[in-house]
Amino acid sequence: MATTTFTVAEQKAQDRRTRRKEAKRNVWAYVFVAPFFFLYSIFGLFPLVYGMWLSLHQWDGISPMKWVGFLNYIKLFTVDDIWWQAISNTVWLFVGATIPQLLLAMILAFIINSGYIRFKDFFRAAYFMPFVASAVAVGILFSSLFGLQYGMFNFFLSFFGVEKIDWLGSAFWLKPSIIMVTVWQWTGYSMIIFLAGLQSINPELYEAARVDGADTNDVFWKITMPLMRPVILFQVVTSIIGAMQNFDIPVMLAGGTQSSAPGGTDHAGLTAMMQLYWSAFKYNTGSKSGFGYASAMSFILFFIIVTFSYLYNRANGRNLTED
Amino acid sequence: MATTTITRNRRGRDRFAGPVVMTFLYTFLAVFALASAFPFYYMLVTATYRTVDILRIPPPIWFGSALMQNYNQLLEQGSLPYFWTSVYNSVAIASVHTIAVLFFCSLAGYGFAKFRFPGREGMFTFLLATLMVPGALGLIPSFIVMRALHWIETWYPLIVPGMANAFGIFWMRQYIESAIPNEMMDAARIDGAKEFRIFWAIILPVIAPALGALAILTFMGKWNEFQFPLLILKDQMTYTLPVALSTLRSLRGTEIGVQILGSSIAIVPILTVFVSASRQFMSGLTAGAVK
Repeated sequence: MATTTFTVAEQKAQDRRTRRKEAKRNVWAYVFVAPFFFLYSIFGLFPLVYGMWLSLHQWDGISPMKWVGFLNYIKLFTVDDIWWQAISNTVWLFVGATIPQLLLAMILAFIINSGYIRFKDFFRAAYFMPFVASAVAVGILFSSLFGLQYGMFNFFLSFFGVEKIDWLGSAFWLKPSIIMVTVWQWTGYSMIIFLAGLQSINPELYEAARVDGADTNDVFWKITMPLMRPVILFQVVTSIIGAMQNFDIPVMLAGGTQSSAPGGTDHAGLTAMMQLYWSAFKYNTGSKSGFGYASAMSFILFFIIVTFSYLYNRANGRNLTED
Repeated sequence: MATTTITRNRRGRDRFAGPVVMTFLYTFLAVFALASAFPFYYMLVTATYRTVDILRIPPPIWFGSALMQNYNQLLEQGSLPYFWTSVYNSVAIASVHTIAVLFFCSLAGYGFAKFRFPGREGMFTFLLATLMVPGALGLIPSFIVMRALHWIETWYPLIVPGMANAFGIFWMRQYIESAIPNEMMDAARIDGAKEFRIFWAIILPVIAPALGALAILTFMGKWNEFQFPLLILKDQMTYTLPVALSTLRSLRGTEIGVQILGSSIAIVPILTVFVSASRQFMSGLTAGAVK
């Protein structure tokens, strides 16, 4: 290799040039990432702060804002029964849909990944189809399938001697109906994520375990599950965030898109997001509505999401240390 | 494709995969595949019947002949005379939004992946954190912002805010980091290419597969979006397809065939795109879930 000799001065000049070039290039990097920060500060961050400010006011959106301090929160916590019913509905819909959805997705992912199965791509695509469909269209479709007298589901069940079920009309069946549609729409998505997680596990780990004499049971609980934990965590946290804002499907199945009160019989299908939306934009009169009041709702909802995510994280962390 | 599993082992295969087990597994998979697909089949069938023929026992299970009747009724005054305008609005909004997303997200993804600039780590962490902020928080104040900008009844609220979004940037960064060797840019720089030109002429063509996946995903999300358009668009002429369909429900609540025909027009195109590009589509979704 040829040795090149620089004088100290030359070397320094060279360094300066490189640094200047680096700096110039970095200026471009800032330009490249700037649009996100610009847009997010206007349409993400500012609304967040402004929403907090709003939640301390009473405001119908037109007349001047009136400062009320924490009154909106106090009202929500003490006198607004419908709000807490909506929260409880939302939580039930979340629990009722997420558990079967994730379990089923996990089982399907395991079977497809097991190496026994052919037509993998076919099954993957089939399970995934419901996810791409518009929730509004899906709501219309299932409203018909759930029909009381002539719906396909009741017709099918009649072969098994099951009495006609008022899926969308009765307060009891409304939640299971919403849950069924949610599970139908989201299981394929969860399955694809689990499948990708399973496929990212290094096969050598399994082979090593086999060599050491582990059976399928050991492999599952000692290798697969621990390695899948981050994927499961991701799924649960995104489910919490999504389910607490559940809106499209319940709105379509439990009525009230234009002016009527949403949520179906006894508000059984009323979710927190629906109540928030209607309080802000539909019932613009009365003391339990308006932009300020609904903003306070959104922060309670946010707090619930953070709490659930944190609790799940903690429970998950504890299991880890016990192992 | 890797078929990495517990059951690679020969003995395992013999022990667990007898004909009975195999039959059971395939039946299990088939039942759920059928359950996934059946509502779509039902949709196509029902769209071809008048409501009176849908509401009978047994319900129709094979195609009928009233498709055109339903279609005419869908476009009637009092239903959705501007139905095709809504379709056009949806196509236009989703297309423009998708193109903008592809540009801004790949640009920022490239910035994060291939430049070592001060503050990069912090900025990227912030970007990921925004993914965890639920949209519900911003619904009301966003509406007020849009009103202040005089953007109500326009397409801007649906196109602009998400143009450079955290998910897209994250997804493009992951791809660019692994798919593009630094030498590629260095070579271009030695040749004297400008930074933006390097992105446009060298990086973009190489990341086409990732752009494809992001495009499908973004288009689908925008095409199906409901809550925010419902809030922003109040005039029939500006409705997107989901908003139009939701009003059809209140206008023609009893006309099942007509409603389902409208729903089919919302579902079939996106389902077709999915079926023809399902692999890319799914790879796009798993970004972020699996490191």
